[in-house]
Amino acid sequence: MKKLTLLIVFVLGITAVYGQDFLTKSKVAGSFEVNTQYYMADEGIGITDSTLNNKYLGINGFGKVQYTLGNFTAGIRFESFQTPLSGFRPELEGSGIANYFATYDDGIIGITVGDIYDQFGSGLIFRTYEEWSLGFDNSLRGLRAIYRPCEGVTLKGVYGKQRYYWASYSKDETRGIIRGFDGEWDLNQSIKSLNNSKFKIGVGGSFVSNYQSAASNDPMYNIPENVAATAGRINMGYGRFSFSTEYAYKMNNPSAINKLIYKNGEALLTSLAYSQKGLGVVLQLKRVDNMSFKSDYTATENDLDINFIPPINYTHTHSLPAMYSYSTQPNGEMGIQFQVNYLIPKKTLLGGKYGTKLAFNYSQVNDIVRDSINYKGNMVINKKGTLGYSSPFFGISDKVFYRDINFEIDKRINKKWSIIVQYINLIYDIETIEGHKDAPTVKADIAFLDLTYKINTKNSIRLELQHLWDCIGTSYKVEEGSEKDFIKRGNWLSALLEYSIAPKWFVSIADKYNYGNPVADYRDHYVTASVGFIKDATRITVSGGRQSEGMVCVGGVCRVVPASSGVSLTITTSF
Amino acid sequence: MKKLLATLLFGFLFFGLSAQNSDLPNITLKNLDGESVIIAEINNEGKPFVMTFWATWCGPCVKEHNALTEVYDDWVEETGVKIFSVSIDDARSTAKIKPFVDGKGWPFEILLDVNKDLARAMNVSNPPHTFLFNGEGKIVWQHTGYLDGGEEDLYQEILKISK
Repeated sequence: MKKLTLLIVFVLGITAVYGQDFLTKSKVAGSFEVNTQYYMADEGIGITDSTLNNKYLGINGFGKVQYTLGNFTAGIRFESFQTPLSGFRPELEGSGIANYFATYDDGIIGITVGDIYDQFGSGLIFRTYEEWSLGFDNSLRGLRAIYRPCEGVTLKGVYGKQRYYWASYSKDETRGIIRGFDGEWDLNQSIKSLNNSKFKIGVGGSFVSNYQSAASNDPMYNIPENVAATAGRINMGYGRFSFSTEYAYKMNNPSAINKLIYKNGEALLTSLAYSQKGLGVVLQLKRVDNMSFKSDYTATENDLDINFIPPINYTHTHSLPAMYSYSTQPNGEMGIQFQVNYLIPKKTLLGGKYGTKLAFNYSQVNDIVRDSINYKGNMVINKKGTLGYSSPFFGISDKVFYRDINFEIDKRINKKWSIIVQYINLIYDIETIEGHKDAPTVKADIAFLDLTYKINTKNSIRLELQHLWDCIGTSYKVEEGSEKDFIKRGNWLSALLEYSIAPKWFVSIADKYNYGNPVADYRDHYVTASVGFIKDATRITVSGGRQSEGMVCVGGVCRVVPASSGVSLTITTSF
Repeated sequence: MKKLLATLLFGFLFFGLSAQNSDLPNITLKNLDGESVIIAEINNEGKPFVMTFWATWCGPCVKEHNALTEVYDDWVEETGVKIFSVSIDDARSTAKIKPFVDGKGWPFEILLDVNKDLARAMNVSNPPHTFLFNGEGKIVWQHTGYLDGGEEDLYQEILKISK
């Protein structure tokens, strides 16, 4: 009560002193989203009342409000999962205030208390973020201080404990305490003679430690309580060329993910790009070796990640190629990505009236090489409690996790018609990425066509056709008992028809048909229909039908969406 | 913890009052040249400007940008509007944005919101999400999603405030 009185006095005081300013300069903004689904039994895809287990309704929702007054911002986010939609972690079930913060930032000094989202460099040793579509939130509850002593220099420190679903932040909780520091120096901004130089350079370095006192209680192994990681980065540019690289190193960190080996971890991410109007080329390389970094060494899946290992491959969003989205392998991968975007200029033979956009992409991710090591006179590999393996830095294993070669043409033909075509050639190691044991690797070709016809300025019709050819045909002999590993395998055909009235309405109907599945029971149609309404910042979508099993991936972090049947309603709005 | 929060909150309230009066949050992002851009200082010399959030993996966003590119010269000529395009791609794509944008011939001023700080501050849930600001930096219109022809609606709004 005393506090409340104090608060009222304080607010009145400010209002009196600043009067009108206080009222006109305060800003309140917020957003709201709710995703609900009503699930129905559908024996055709193996969903019965007993598998639904009385969970007919799933609701994920959040509402957030933010208050700003000049350099000061405070926000709060309420979340509710009653019960979580299928495919989301059951630990999410519950409601409450999941996030709150207050920030003051005047451009020189910035202080945040509460739940913090931030990242150092590309995130190789520290990144906290929230991804609603994955049910992922690894925010850090604690303190962040930012200091910018002069133009181009940023120093940052963070301290706190990560969110773990609805678990409390009390000191009895065994997850670790994270401390991090990052410094960044943009030489062009801080050195006068370089201000307008064609040569650009910036450097940065960071250090993160996780202290988990409970780690030492492991009955079998001597687990380090402190795990530290450090990273350095450099960005350079000259004219049309740019180059950036970041290297990260992590101390020994036996964990559930690396199966309790004591090897150090390291990661390297490098990009080289050339860019001019109408042409962009980028080459990226990466190496990841034992780089899972979590604030609880027993955590699995995507729980309590402190760092983020950016995947570099192309992100497919069309429904068929997106079934086989790559998810980062933190225990080790070598990746390459090469992409060219080219615009054939307007008013040329191939460019036509509007120009033609071409894109070529090549991505490949292989395993790293792992050699056995000598442990007490025996050669061992990946043995718990040892250094695990040795790995030559530039060694590339023959094992391909993922490869994607694709080519796209995006062309407006005339005022009425525009067309996008894409051809994709995929290799996807479904055994490693999804854990379907002994399932043969997916080798697939996919053709995609998107045709839009503009009836007039507001009305359009869009047709999307996709076909996927899987290397295993209908005659592939599936061993009895392993049918489940062949869900979504074989050839697919997909079609979508959408009618839209800009900027408010759209209606669409789609079918995905797994006609070539080697298991006859899985040759199913997945028909869905949707209606959407958009007004300003509000969007309402209703859809109904069957959803095939698939993966939702954002930034290489994936969530498996089980097959389902039913009606869903999504509302998003912001104010 | 709670006390600390309360103290800071009150303290900041006082300091906060001296700042400017637009709807742009006080956040610093990088542009494609790696330079820091203070969002709160963005303006178009008293003329309206558009801020649109997109990502390389977002099909409708790419369509919207292609459509805006086609009409941009005319819009600039007629209204003096300027478009700021904020990529919310994460670190995986930072190096790819410039070649991507150039390869598509987009003429907008691109900003990189690598950890979605600006998107969060402006309550952007899903891209594309487009804001129209008047000359004083106040949001006068916003729209989420893109349907073919949607840019026409935006243009009507721009015309309303640029006389």
